[in-house]
Amino acid sequence: MIRLKNARVIDPSSGLDAKLDVLVEQGVIRAVDRPGSFDGTGVAESHDLNGCVIAPGFIDVHVHLREPGFEHKETVHTGSLAAVRGGFTSIAPMANTDPVNDNAIVTRFILDRARSANLARVFPIGAVTKGQKGEELAEIGLMAKEGIRALSDDGMPVMNSALMRRAMEYARMFDLPVISHAEDAALSKGAPMTEGAVSSLLGYPGNPNASEEIMVAREIALCRATGARVHLAHLSTREGVALVRRAKEDGLPVTAEVTPHHLMLNEFSLLRGGHECVHHQPRTDYKMAPPLRSEQDQEALREALRSGVIDLVASDHAPHGCVDKEVEFELAANGILGLQTTVPLLLELVEQGVLSWSRMIESLTLAPARLLGLRDLGTLQAGKPADLVVLDPKVEFTLRREDLVSISENSPFIGRKFKGKVLKTMVGGDWK
Amino acid sequence: MFPDHLTTIRGIAPDTLRNFLRLGKKIKADPASFSTVLKGKTVLQFFVENSTRTRMSFEAATRRLGGASIAFAAATSSLQKGETLLDTVRVIQQYGVDAIVMRHSSGGSPDLVARATGLPVVNAGDGSHEHPTQALLDAFTLAEAWGSDLDHSKPFTGRRLLIIGDTLQSRVTRSNIHLFSALGGEVILSGPRTLAIRDLSLFPGVKKVDFPDEVIGEVDAVMALRIQFERGHKSLIPSVEEYRTFWGLTEERVSKMKTSAPILHPGPMNRGVEIDPEVADSARALVLDQVENGVIVRMAVLGALVGGLRA
Repeated sequence: MIRLKNARVIDPSSGLDAKLDVLVEQGVIRAVDRPGSFDGTGVAESHDLNGCVIAPGFIDVHVHLREPGFEHKETVHTGSLAAVRGGFTSIAPMANTDPVNDNAIVTRFILDRARSANLARVFPIGAVTKGQKGEELAEIGLMAKEGIRALSDDGMPVMNSALMRRAMEYARMFDLPVISHAEDAALSKGAPMTEGAVSSLLGYPGNPNASEEIMVAREIALCRATGARVHLAHLSTREGVALVRRAKEDGLPVTAEVTPHHLMLNEFSLLRGGHECVHHQPRTDYKMAPPLRSEQDQEALREALRSGVIDLVASDHAPHGCVDKEVEFELAANGILGLQTTVPLLLELVEQGVLSWSRMIESLTLAPARLLGLRDLGTLQAGKPADLVVLDPKVEFTLRREDLVSISENSPFIGRKFKGKVLKTMVGGDWK
Repeated sequence: MFPDHLTTIRGIAPDTLRNFLRLGKKIKADPASFSTVLKGKTVLQFFVENSTRTRMSFEAATRRLGGASIAFAAATSSLQKGETLLDTVRVIQQYGVDAIVMRHSSGGSPDLVARATGLPVVNAGDGSHEHPTQALLDAFTLAEAWGSDLDHSKPFTGRRLLIIGDTLQSRVTRSNIHLFSALGGEVILSGPRTLAIRDLSLFPGVKKVDFPDEVIGEVDAVMALRIQFERGHKSLIPSVEEYRTFWGLTEERVSKMKTSAPILHPGPMNRGVEIDPEVADSARALVLDQVENGVIVRMAVLGALVGGLRA
């Protein structure tokens, strides 16, 4: 048995937020109770975690592990290692591998890799369409049988509304949520940044907020028509937020996520040195899809996460090598690393009073567990698997390149000073 | 002091920008005495996006300063074979190059090259971002036409420039806005909304009107931009005739201008589209002066950055 003493235990699934002891036995939570209420009988390992926070292991519903096909960027092993270092005990990799995860064989391969890595739990996301080409349905049922927990064509949005409707109808039979990267490809074509002050300054074609708004509205309409669970990936606009709020008021099964970078950054981050000093190339390590939006959008996302209109935080961990980033801005790949920076960034928002502790933890545990249908995870209730994370909210550190265990190092947060760190991560009763 | 690079107008001190123009004035007055400034120096004409006249202008400027040029042709280069921009430029650097003049379709890429090579880089146009020497030659030409005192810290005070056309995709416009503002002048933009810069919040003082007729009688110079059919303008304006009717510099429209106000065009012109032939050939159109002054200001820029000239 492992005894974790004197930590502040925060578990939104059971409404706990108090100084408590946690007892782990044979891979499951045996009990969570008042400090000192367990005697030492059978305790092989005991930790005094006074000053620390214990939460259910975090769940990231949106990562890219790049295996198979892009192992020079990341593998299931290195991505899972980044996950547990970052406090995540469960991750859901997107299907844009090569070959695409659009059939049970690829799903099984990813799960095999995850088993041999033996780090985080991996719940693959299957493609909506074969090859993510937006033409024919992927083998959704066979993948579901193998273990996928959601469907998405992510960065290759399904533009054909009739096909998306069929996908939702089909997904409903297997109770799989359909995750949408809401982007109208015609409006965003050729636009590597948001349309706004910065794109105007730099002369780049801009991706307008309407590109997201239109597709969020479509997904909500199709959700209403089919009853399927619809999840909006990485919301980036205030208009998208408003539509999700209304859909929830209508009682539709619509959920939404936001990334830490859309909460922490905005279009001005592209300009080294902020608004003033700008005779530089826009920074490719801030290039992502959806793009960083305006300050007003950033503010709306923060408020929506705080209020629960946005259900959860997902990292959109997107490893890319320097060959993909040390190039012209238009040619640079979209996306940044996220697994090891999500928690420290959210702790900044807690420190600033933007988010409460319980809301932050809920957005990383209960909400993503519900989305993926993981009834036993994201909780510290007795009898559930012992997936948990230990945080020290007071430790200050500067993120160094060598701290990142991913194969890639495309993080704009290298060099940033943080307060609050992931100390330990436990998956199924084992420290990872 | 001059900067190490000229990749943008924005971010360079107004006095420095004025010093490029003052140096140009000296060179124009006595070009012979600058004929050995780049002796023994080699300038790479790194035109990743094709261009004929800007490249020839830079080559002429290099030669008139006594330097040599190496030209790069994107269409036949290793970039077509998948080599990255930085690998390409680092390889060429080994041939013995003292400075890089660069044109590229992606905004900001001259800075990427400047950081990677450590050589002086002059931006000859990057995407729709900036085209600093074009703005310098425009300002130089207008300063001549207006008789502006370049020793004055804000020589364009009280002067208004109207730019008509596709400002959205115009690097000429962006550089001109920054330079004109630095020299104390005011810029007004006009063009179809499908081709207008959408958000001017980072261009303080710049105004936008849909139709030039609203302001054309009150400005001190007009610049017509080329309608770039090669950049997919067909889907952004209904027809050439419609464009000419509302935004073209027709004789009738020009007759409403102040009599002293000159007309500029960065070239190449589409006669009968953004500018009528009669207007292009009239005395107030300074198109050929712009071309001549282009070589002068490029001599000033290369002389300052590579040849160590002072204002």
